[in-house]
Amino acid sequence: MSTPGEIGTEAWPLWEVFVRANRGLSHVHVGSLHAPDADMAVRNARDLYTRRNEGISIWVVPADAITTSDPDAKGAFFESPAGKNYRHAVYYTKSEGVKHL
Amino acid sequence: MTSPADLSVVDPELSAEEARFADLIAADSRIEPRDWMPDAYRKTLIRQISQHAHSEIIGMQPESNWITRAPSLKRKAILMAKVQDEAGHGLYLYSAAQTLGITREEMMDQLITGRARYSSIFNYPTPTWADMGAIGWLVDGAAICNQVPLCRASYGPYGRAMVRICKEESFHQRQGFEILLELMQGTDAQRQMAQDAVNRWYWPALQMFGPPDDQSPNSAQSMAWNIKRFSNDELRQRFVGMLVPQAEVMGVTLPDPNLRFNEETGEYDMSEIDWTEFEEVLAGRGPANAERIRRRREAHEDGAWVREAAHEYARKQAERELAGAVA
Amino acid sequence: MSGADLDPHGDVHGDVSVDRLALADELAGTAADGSTAVASEDAAEYALRLGDDALVLAQQLGMWIARAPELEEDVALGNIALDLIGHARSLLHYAGTASGRSEDDLAYWRDEPEWRNAWLFEQPNGDFAHTIARQLAASVYLFELYARLVDSADPTLAAIAAKSVKEVDYHRDHATQWVLRLAGGTEESRRRMLLAIIDVWPYVDELFDDDELVERLAAAGIAVLPSTLRPAFDAVIDEVFAEAALERPAGRTAFIASGGGRRGSHTEHLGPLLAEMQVLARAHPGASW
Repeated sequence: MSTPGEIGTEAWPLWEVFVRANRGLSHVHVGSLHAPDADMAVRNARDLYTRRNEGISIWVVPADAITTSDPDAKGAFFESPAGKNYRHAVYYTKSEGVKHL
Repeated sequence: MTSPADLSVVDPELSAEEARFADLIAADSRIEPRDWMPDAYRKTLIRQISQHAHSEIIGMQPESNWITRAPSLKRKAILMAKVQDEAGHGLYLYSAAQTLGITREEMMDQLITGRARYSSIFNYPTPTWADMGAIGWLVDGAAICNQVPLCRASYGPYGRAMVRICKEESFHQRQGFEILLELMQGTDAQRQMAQDAVNRWYWPALQMFGPPDDQSPNSAQSMAWNIKRFSNDELRQRFVGMLVPQAEVMGVTLPDPNLRFNEETGEYDMSEIDWTEFEEVLAGRGPANAERIRRRREAHEDGAWVREAAHEYARKQAERELAGAVA
Repeated sequence: MSGADLDPHGDVHGDVSVDRLALADELAGTAADGSTAVASEDAAEYALRLGDDALVLAQQLGMWIARAPELEEDVALGNIALDLIGHARSLLHYAGTASGRSEDDLAYWRDEPEWRNAWLFEQPNGDFAHTIARQLAASVYLFELYARLVDSADPTLAAIAAKSVKEVDYHRDHATQWVLRLAGGTEESRRRMLLAIIDVWPYVDELFDDDELVERLAAAGIAVLPSTLRPAFDAVIDEVFAEAALERPAGRTAFIASGGGRRGSHTEHLGPLLAEMQVLARAHPGASW
């Protein structure tokens, strides 16, 4: 399933841009741009998305290479964790007040 | 403030997807690209976001007119950075519009064939350096008033683009104010230049908020969809309220003899805006409509061979890599 | 506005938040207290040459903004022009210390014969291929120059070079990427790239001309002798040209312009460029902007 925005008829394809703001942080999606190829995409991303010291590392990904979950399957995909409270620390109340737990 | 979105909630006739959309809007949540959305919502957003993008791109021209003639190297660098930001903002917005199913090529084609609209303010010329100050102070000032609430627009990619744009634009209005301030503290000729520019840009800037609320056809629906958060007149009042003390600091006169604060209404009284001029410029009869479109078209057409070259090079490289992998 | 009223999505009152940032020095080569060392007369003349190269090139690239082949390229060329204005301001500021003149005095109040840029930089933009050919020659030359000038015995020049070398390294990469694409793209783009190199290359030789001034300064460890940069320049260019299947012009089209920019003798292109750049400042003598 293709990504929103990717339309195969354009000469310069769409790229999604991810920037790492600092060491120790993940790359975060910041937006997209057009470029003829990966080499130019990463340079355009540098010029467009890091003009104000916003990052120290950039990923570019062709928008059509991203697979997304089906929005119509939201229930099946994302509602199952509800009720599985034992995955969360707050579920375990008896240890309250005990140090280092 | 009661949410205008209340108008659209809980209609038993709604389909499941319509109800889900209405719920998201009612909860002041965000619509994301792959969500179902009404066709009219999609069309409204494509129209608004692409017009906004076009305005950024066309808006580069009146200012780039002075990059080569900026009167100091510092001002040259500031102006260049500002015009460059506008290209960037156009790009963020075209990308946001693209998530709604339109290509940048289609949008650019609409622009250069004169089928798309953009903010009519950019159809005024910039005959003097003081226009750089007046554009920053008045035009960017009005744009910021309009844009800050758009950071909360219900369509996620639009809101996110606006957050980035508003953050970057924080310097645009300030640099305009400083240009005018410097001129007002300068020679007689400089002061006159500044006042003349303020006289020319003040009314067009107020027109940027759009027609009065009772004559604004699309406003109510946009407010119900949480795309628009404040009415045209509310924003215009807020803007004038900010300008008055700033004009005093600079020593420029706002060109409206009837402008005064009304203690009773808590609002500024002002002269009637000349909407015939606005309509004329919007209809393509402004001073620079033809020039703006011609220049954008020329840049686009002159660049076609470059874009094709890069595309062809990428294609050949991909072929070579494929052949390399096979061999 | 109290904290409780703050809207998580932005201030609804139309104010734009302003980040409090520690700003880096605007001009390279200035001391922490904002002062600059005073340049010797020779060093000032040398700084003027480098500063004029950077400013004239920045002025040309500024003309591309809102006219580039694609919006992404508007932004890229804008970044390069901004880097070059930064170099020019630092260099002219330093050059001015010898005569009590400001960067703007030097930029706006010198006539054509007082300009010291090499001819390459004043050659017109032409089409995108011409601009890229000029960018390639300029940025490869500037990179080799600044890479050596970082060791200058003049600490101000060394500091300016240290900041500039990283930026022209990127300019070099930008030009290289485009030379590859234009030369290896369509028939039309290759034809234009070939013509551009023929038109631009006559102005390359002047960059490497030595004269008494640079010989004196080089002997003192302050300047880099231009002629010493030529082998490194040629090596990089040959590498780019090899990858792009291009050749340095040879035979009947291989003109070599006489040059003379360092002495204040210029081609027909500099006059109009300066007239445009200086027109407003000169209409208001003594004004501040």
